[in-house]
Amino acid sequence: MIPAFVGIPKHTFRMNRIHQKLQSDKKLFSIYFTAGYPNLNDTVKIIQALESNGVDMIEIGLPFSDPLADGPTIQASSTQALKNGMTTAILFEQLKDIRSSVSIPLVIMGYFNPILQYGVEAFCKKCEEVGIDGLILPDLPLDVYQERYEAIFKKYGLINIFLITPQTSDDRIAQIDAASEGFIYMVSSASVTGSSDGFGTVQESYFQRIEKMGLKSLQIIGFGISNSETFQQATKWAKGAIIGSAFIKYITKNGTDTIGDFVKQIIKS
Amino acid sequence: MNYNVDEKGYYGEFGGAFIPEMLYPNVENLRQQYLKVMEEPSFKAEFDLLLKNYVGRPSPLYFAKRLSEKYNTKIYLKREDLNHTGAHKVNNTIGQILMAKRLGKTRIIAETGAGQHGVATATVCALMGMECIVYMGEIDIARQAPNVARMKMLGAEVRPALSGSRTLKDATNEAIRDWINNPVDTHYIIGSAIGPHPYPDMVTRFQSIISEEIKWQLKEQEGKQNPDYVVACVGGGSNAAGTFYHFLHEEEVGIIAVEAAGKGVDSGESAATSVLGKEGIIHGCKTLLMQTPDGQITEPYSISAGLDYPGVGPMHAHLYKTGRAEFIPVTDDAAMEAGMELSKLEGIIPAIESSHAFAILKTRAFKPNDVVVINLSGRGDKDLSTYIKYFEL
Ligand SMILES: Cc1ncc(COP(=O)(O)O)c(C=O)c1O
Repeated sequence: MIPAFVGIPKHTFRMNRIHQKLQSDKKLFSIYFTAGYPNLNDTVKIIQALESNGVDMIEIGLPFSDPLADGPTIQASSTQALKNGMTTAILFEQLKDIRSSVSIPLVIMGYFNPILQYGVEAFCKKCEEVGIDGLILPDLPLDVYQERYEAIFKKYGLINIFLITPQTSDDRIAQIDAASEGFIYMVSSASVTGSSDGFGTVQESYFQRIEKMGLKSLQIIGFGISNSETFQQATKWAKGAIIGSAFIKYITKNGTDTIGDFVKQIIKS
Repeated sequence: MNYNVDEKGYYGEFGGAFIPEMLYPNVENLRQQYLKVMEEPSFKAEFDLLLKNYVGRPSPLYFAKRLSEKYNTKIYLKREDLNHTGAHKVNNTIGQILMAKRLGKTRIIAETGAGQHGVATATVCALMGMECIVYMGEIDIARQAPNVARMKMLGAEVRPALSGSRTLKDATNEAIRDWINNPVDTHYIIGSAIGPHPYPDMVTRFQSIISEEIKWQLKEQEGKQNPDYVVACVGGGSNAAGTFYHFLHEEEVGIIAVEAAGKGVDSGESAATSVLGKEGIIHGCKTLLMQTPDGQITEPYSISAGLDYPGVGPMHAHLYKTGRAEFIPVTDDAAMEAGMELSKLEGIIPAIESSHAFAILKTRAFKPNDVVVINLSGRGDKDLSTYIKYFEL
């Protein structure tokens, strides 16, 4: 018998960039931004600037009219992106040559309805074509994914990334861990995106609980990380951390020419 | 054919629970508990007693003689307008507040469009001494001042939904976000037969008292339990679900669902979801909804604030898809005329939502011996200013 590669599904015919990144020794710094914001055609420029300034992975937000897991900042950026004319087809058009200049993992984060309308298989196929490595779809539940879509995602080499929260039970976490092929997206607190209360004892004990579980999947923490301090705290416990709302706020205020300053502010060391 | 929810939470291909993981513990807990709780004798007793003494049930089934003469058929009105707070909405809020108490929740949130569900929620929270927060689109707050005042008198906090289109769908998003932010102490009382499983089924069961009563009331008056038709307006679909529930599997009963066509189905200003909608996901459930080709949810329009929801409950999507129910779109104008007619012929001023159901009498012919039960889902007091403006009264 030929042993299966640990953590790498056997039908994945391309080495996924997420797996490669997760194998590196360093803590990973990931940024979320909403595609089509502040201007429709900023997508490629933002991705390039983030990579060249040392960001390890990017979540490209596919804007949705009703983003119910998001706070006001990401909502407002989504509304503006849609006003700017962003669509799924335009996003793929913008990304069509992205792999000639960018090599870090790219993940699309969005809600399921626009993908359902595009056609799940057509969407996954396009993702593979342009070089997307994974998907984060908060409102696609685990059971539906496994029953109906897992085979399609895998056919196109896409890693589906699941969320856990402080309220997720140990049993459920074990289930999610078993289903995960990349990392687990650890939502830092019971909140939508964009809260900036910092981390207290609740988070610490949650992070500890997860660490003790000894999951097979590495974790990356997101939601509520807004500065260097929260980034440091999060990466003490996890493989990496994701910043979203704080970055959107930054480009809202400063535009997209000084993205490097934002990135350096977070990873000072 | 089964028209009820299956054990996985679907009506045919519609329904399910498309929720972010943050909501999973609460929704899953509710899913595991709701039927058990509803079947507890103490729950049933408390629910029935409140419906009787507080809401004023059973609501009458009234033979509308003059309306029947005019349309040459036998028309009965199910008088949900006579309930406390003036609509069917309170059947559901009574049920859900008792559910919330059994689940150990201490804080209640709700969404509202016109304010009817908000008022019904604020009412039961006052009754039970629970904290109540109602999300309402900023635009609706301006349009529905009397109901905002009612909620405040009842002790609720009305929070404006400032995102997106600032109407019902955004109020629903805000309520869901609140639930994500407050996962432990809070129960979300959804106001229609929508949302992730088990909500559509739970709301339908609480509203099913409507068809349960119709059966025995009709037996008393007509000597038979089943009418030839049941008719109800559909926003999210709770009054319709309750009106249809006990007749879904009685094949001789025709089911008619009436949707708001606004300024006309093809006018671009409509809320006729079954005709204009496509399969997709809204507020945690797979159903028919109005959306762009790119999957962005669009803003519906109807003169009646209670009917302008861009989706429809999954049970109704299934009734539409299977052909079990007839769906009829009714314009603003036709509904307003029907509301005026019911007032003149029967001395009953209906809510504009309910007026839509009556408007089908002009176009949908019934036989002289047909027994047609129309659910009069609410009274028109809340709509007086719209009637005044429309008819220049
Ligand atoms: C009187 C009345 N009828 C009908 C509706 C529509 O809701 P549903 O379709 O859930 O019954 C409303 C909603 O506010 C209402 O107030």
